[in-house]
Amino acid sequence: MSMLDEMPAPDATAVITDVVHSAKPVSRLRLVMARLRSTPRFWVGIIGLGAIILWAIFGLVPNAWNYTDLDIYNMGSSPSRLHWFGTSDIGEDIYAQTIVGLRKSLIIGLLVGPLAAIVAGVVGAVAGYLGGWWDRVIVWVIDLLLVLPSLFLFILLSPIFKQLSWVALIFLLAGFGWMIMARVIRAQTRSLRERDFIKAARFMGVDTWTIIRRHVLPNVSSLLIIDATLGVGAAILSETTLSFFGFGIQAPDVSLGTLLAAGQSAAATRPWLFIFPAAILVFTVLSASLVGDALRDAVDPTSGVNRD
Amino acid sequence: MIGFIAKRFINYAILSAIATLSAYVLASIILNPAARYLGRNPRPSDATINSILDGLGVNPNTPWVERLWAWIVRLVTEGSLGDTIHNTSVISEIAARAGTSLRLLILGTVIAAIVGVTLGVWGAVRQYRFSDQAISVASFTILATPAFVLGILLMIVATLLNNFLGVQLISFTGEYTPGLDGGWWVQFGDRAGHLLLPTISLALMGAAGYSRYQRSAMLDVLAADYIRTARSKGRTRGSALVRHGVRVALIPMSTYFAYSFATVLAGAAVTELVFSWHGMGELLVQSISQSDINAFTGAILFNAILILIAGTLADVVYAALDPRVRV
Repeated sequence: MSMLDEMPAPDATAVITDVVHSAKPVSRLRLVMARLRSTPRFWVGIIGLGAIILWAIFGLVPNAWNYTDLDIYNMGSSPSRLHWFGTSDIGEDIYAQTIVGLRKSLIIGLLVGPLAAIVAGVVGAVAGYLGGWWDRVIVWVIDLLLVLPSLFLFILLSPIFKQLSWVALIFLLAGFGWMIMARVIRAQTRSLRERDFIKAARFMGVDTWTIIRRHVLPNVSSLLIIDATLGVGAAILSETTLSFFGFGIQAPDVSLGTLLAAGQSAAATRPWLFIFPAAILVFTVLSASLVGDALRDAVDPTSGVNRD
Repeated sequence: MIGFIAKRFINYAILSAIATLSAYVLASIILNPAARYLGRNPRPSDATINSILDGLGVNPNTPWVERLWAWIVRLVTEGSLGDTIHNTSVISEIAARAGTSLRLLILGTVIAAIVGVTLGVWGAVRQYRFSDQAISVASFTILATPAFVLGILLMIVATLLNNFLGVQLISFTGEYTPGLDGGWWVQFGDRAGHLLLPTISLALMGAAGYSRYQRSAMLDVLAADYIRTARSKGRTRGSALVRHGVRVALIPMSTYFAYSFATVLAGAAVTELVFSWHGMGELLVQSISQSDINAFTGAILFNAILILIAGTLADVVYAALDPRVRV
């Protein structure tokens, strides 16, 4: 697992080589934005994600059916002008159901990603900054959670969360999604701790929590932003897998996972029940991870495509 | 080198033991095995339920510390993991299912590692060419696909293929065809046919992740001075890339392999469930839905031992590749 600790810090020298031609100094934010703008992956991802979010918000407007409506004259029909994505065997409009499911999955993903990143930042910074026993215990918990596959823990905890509303699922997913990033943040904080500006603050008597909040967290914020973006896709994948097997979102609520579970048995004979929600799920996760990947490359010039 | 591996092995062994014990404690607190009997009509008397639960060692009225201690004592003295709620021993249940899971896991992981490393090296060497872009797009798409969607998509493709050919070329439900007559070879062929789609599914997911990491590790290495040195002392490009490039780029991969193995296990469990295999993944999910604490802990122990083996193997590879560890 040492690879995680060795993730290179944003490298100051590489930034300078890019700036050499310009007359006045360029801020880091503008540099990152400039690199992002020249990455095709970023554009594909951000436009895809934007389109999916807009579609989730406004997609039901032009559709004649609500997701609870049953069209008893067209049960199990294939995609047609009346039902764009076809209907299920009891006449539910798959288009409307897909949008409602997509909304839930998107909300969960967009909340869990940033939440998990915040937890990762705080836990990693505390472990790296305080060191000693705090550090040992936190690293130990992280290692333990990496050995126990989190999917199994989600399934074990599901009897509790099934009784609560789907909002509880957000906290469950965020509660187990922070470990990997916390290790990276911890390694980063350990090197930051020895830097002069943090030493100066410490010797001036600034208390620990303020140093973490004012000096450590802003310096690892780029990592946290990347983690939050990549976490969106990961959270959607976890949520749909849990819901697919009946451990996540429960019956009156619809998510892409429950929709795919319903369409699974007919996947070969009536593929529209499965293909449309599946394609939209893959597209959503792919867009989110493309944005995250492009962000990582823009922030860290030594990773991925910037390397020659 | 022996010392290094022994140290890592002990570290993994302690982690696995603690993971198993925590799983037992969590399961004892969350699951309520009595619920299974309370819902019956006519309802068994409390005395009956208590005696059944006491026999299994899962009575919620006993504090979990005592139950945990009894479980450890039984494991150490009798080598038993207790009984499932169906009164079969957990060990025999695991023995019956382990082969099914291991067959899928070992094949899937080995194929994933070979394909992933090859594609990653290929992509790095031909950076920005068409083949590199195609591999990147494909691996991003597979990484964005949940395991169950990938499995079902493969089933749809297989069904279309079977319909097109008019014969049952690829069978994908269950682990073998029930009631199939024939000799050893027929049985073997049947099992291999059933193994095809789940293995492809697991191998695709693994290879997608490995190829991304291998590509980025290989790009680091390609820029290094020693590759140029190797070329200038007269090695061919291919030989320099393999002997000095791939070998070094595999070092971070061995770490990534150990650390991603838990994800592979979860993916294998999902794949087993989708293809309705009676493996360890099914045991794990069933044990939770039936509130079977002993079976759940047994399944977690099985997974922990697999992670222990995979982690140690990765460290052996690491030590073999990296001379700095050996001194």
